[in-house]
Amino acid sequence: MTAIPASGERVRTRLPGRKPLVILGERALEILIRLSGFSAIFFVLAIFFFVFREAAPVLFDAEFDAKEFLFSTEWYPTSERNVRYGTWALTFGSVAVTALAMVIAVPFGLGAAIYISEFSGKKQKEILKIVIELLAAIPSVVWGFIGLTVMSKLIVDLTGAPVGVNLLNGGIILALMSIPIIVSIGEDALKAVPDSFREAAEALGATKLQMIRRVLLPAARNGLLAAVLLGVGRAVGETMAVLMATGHAVRIPHGPLDSVRTLTANIAAELGEAAAGSPHYRVLFLTGVLLFVITFVVNLTADMAIRGLRRK
Amino acid sequence: MKASAPSSRSLYPLVCVLALSVAVLFGCGGGEKASSPGTAAEPTTIQVKGSDTMVNVAQAWAEEYKKVDPTADVEVSGGGSGVGIAALEKGTIDIANASREMKPAEIDQTTKNTGKTPKDFIVGYDALAVYVHKDNPLTEISLEDLSKIYIEGSPVTKWSEIGVTIPGVTDDTIVRVSRQSSSGTYEFFREHVLDKHDFKLGSRDMNGSKEVVELVGTTKTAIGYSGMGYVTGEVKMLKVATKKGEPAVAPTVENTLTKAYPLARSLHFYTLGEPEGAVKKYVEWVLSPAGQAVLQDNGYVPVVRDAAPEAAATDAAPAATDTASK
Repeated sequence: MTAIPASGERVRTRLPGRKPLVILGERALEILIRLSGFSAIFFVLAIFFFVFREAAPVLFDAEFDAKEFLFSTEWYPTSERNVRYGTWALTFGSVAVTALAMVIAVPFGLGAAIYISEFSGKKQKEILKIVIELLAAIPSVVWGFIGLTVMSKLIVDLTGAPVGVNLLNGGIILALMSIPIIVSIGEDALKAVPDSFREAAEALGATKLQMIRRVLLPAARNGLLAAVLLGVGRAVGETMAVLMATGHAVRIPHGPLDSVRTLTANIAAELGEAAAGSPHYRVLFLTGVLLFVITFVVNLTADMAIRGLRRK
Repeated sequence: MKASAPSSRSLYPLVCVLALSVAVLFGCGGGEKASSPGTAAEPTTIQVKGSDTMVNVAQAWAEEYKKVDPTADVEVSGGGSGVGIAALEKGTIDIANASREMKPAEIDQTTKNTGKTPKDFIVGYDALAVYVHKDNPLTEISLEDLSKIYIEGSPVTKWSEIGVTIPGVTDDTIVRVSRQSSSGTYEFFREHVLDKHDFKLGSRDMNGSKEVVELVGTTKTAIGYSGMGYVTGEVKMLKVATKKGEPAVAPTVENTLTKAYPLARSLHFYTLGEPEGAVKKYVEWVLSPAGQAVLQDNGYVPVVRDAAPEAAATDAAPAATDTASK
């Protein structure tokens, strides 16, 4: 109790030395900063409101069939005879590409995080971190270009697939794009494990691998899960690279060498032509809502995982 | 003195923030001013958007026109005929390139939004060529077989099912290469080959005319359709027969002009109402022998044969008014 008035006194004694303009300036800055803090909430709500408002007319339309929208594979938005809006193949494409990307990215990402956190020397650690951050800075259109030119040729040569732009290509590109996120957040999670855990394990005679497997990974579990989920969020929302690398075919793939189309790529490819206010335009916004829901769930899960980590 | 030093330091961020916000505000204002189309500004900008089939020739026209009229800036972008027409409906561009005709609904929408009726100019002709890989032994195809490959509900998935054996390939599943649905080429193909039925899902939908030919060129089992101007050494253009048993016709300039080739189509400019000023001059130049020569250099078929320049100029005008009255 006594500490508070004391500090208040200290502030009051310093105040006369300040000019009114300075006080005003600090106030203004504080308000400005508070506003920018709140603006994030405002923008998220505004974006959701806008996307939902554009989609709402079709959602509440009597003819709209939610089951067809979610579970039909027939996507014929511009058909002359029978317009059908089924997004299942697109959702499946998004999920399949993301899943494949994670199968590749998680072992590499977590492996790299463990290496950087536990094995590398101080200098090596710095270099690795900088290079991985550089990897995260490569624009997605460049990744897409690599997929379209380099990777597609490699895939055709190595697997004998007829077309190089396919699920596998998109998965590899997305994996490369999400690895930096998984590494940097995973490394933070491992760093957050107190050194006393490591010392205790080593004092008990555990080898380094035993220590990592039995002590470190369980202790950092939530943070590592968050790292993976943020990687998933990155992969689900990615547009340009998958648009270029997946071959853009509406179909349920039968294997990794089939071409697919994702929700994001579909919106990017079709929104430009859809006349504003037309059913096609509204349905594209509805797929935007669907995407929003998917990423929201992924991010929320990641957030809860991080929260769980903090509580520990 | 001691008090003034920290106070000036604490003022510093405030000044920075203020300066920044002022800069941002002014930046925004300036941007708005620049983006609004100058009514009587010295260098006039003509915004052209649409067909991917025409994007190459539209670029060539823009570059060539710069030499004719240095004060005019022609800005060209692609995206597909549908994208250009959608922009015309909103009134954000001067000319929409289209490799298909505007639909009545689109014309109505444009009139409703902008108060002007789109005017149609046929600026050239193109043959929609059917491409296969150069190692494919096929040399001709009937519209019926083509439709069997692409149409929704057709059981045909392999080359052997239409009697074609591709050398050196174990899996002869047909790789169908198509276009994204905003493409005029896509709609033209749907109307004239599939009789307005839908495409079978699962085709690779490319975002450009060139991409189609590139993918067909690297895939032995592929078939695709694209403008005749995009042919390369890696692909082969098939002769097309209207019906099975009838003679197949090659997509040449001659056959496009006489309409002997079944997939010949016209390339359009759409303007908002009767074009005026710089846009009018540009359209007239494109239809002139000089503009048509550029078109021909890019592998398309001119509206007028490269006859005597005088005759060509007089021929071009009726061609434009003819289609506009439709």
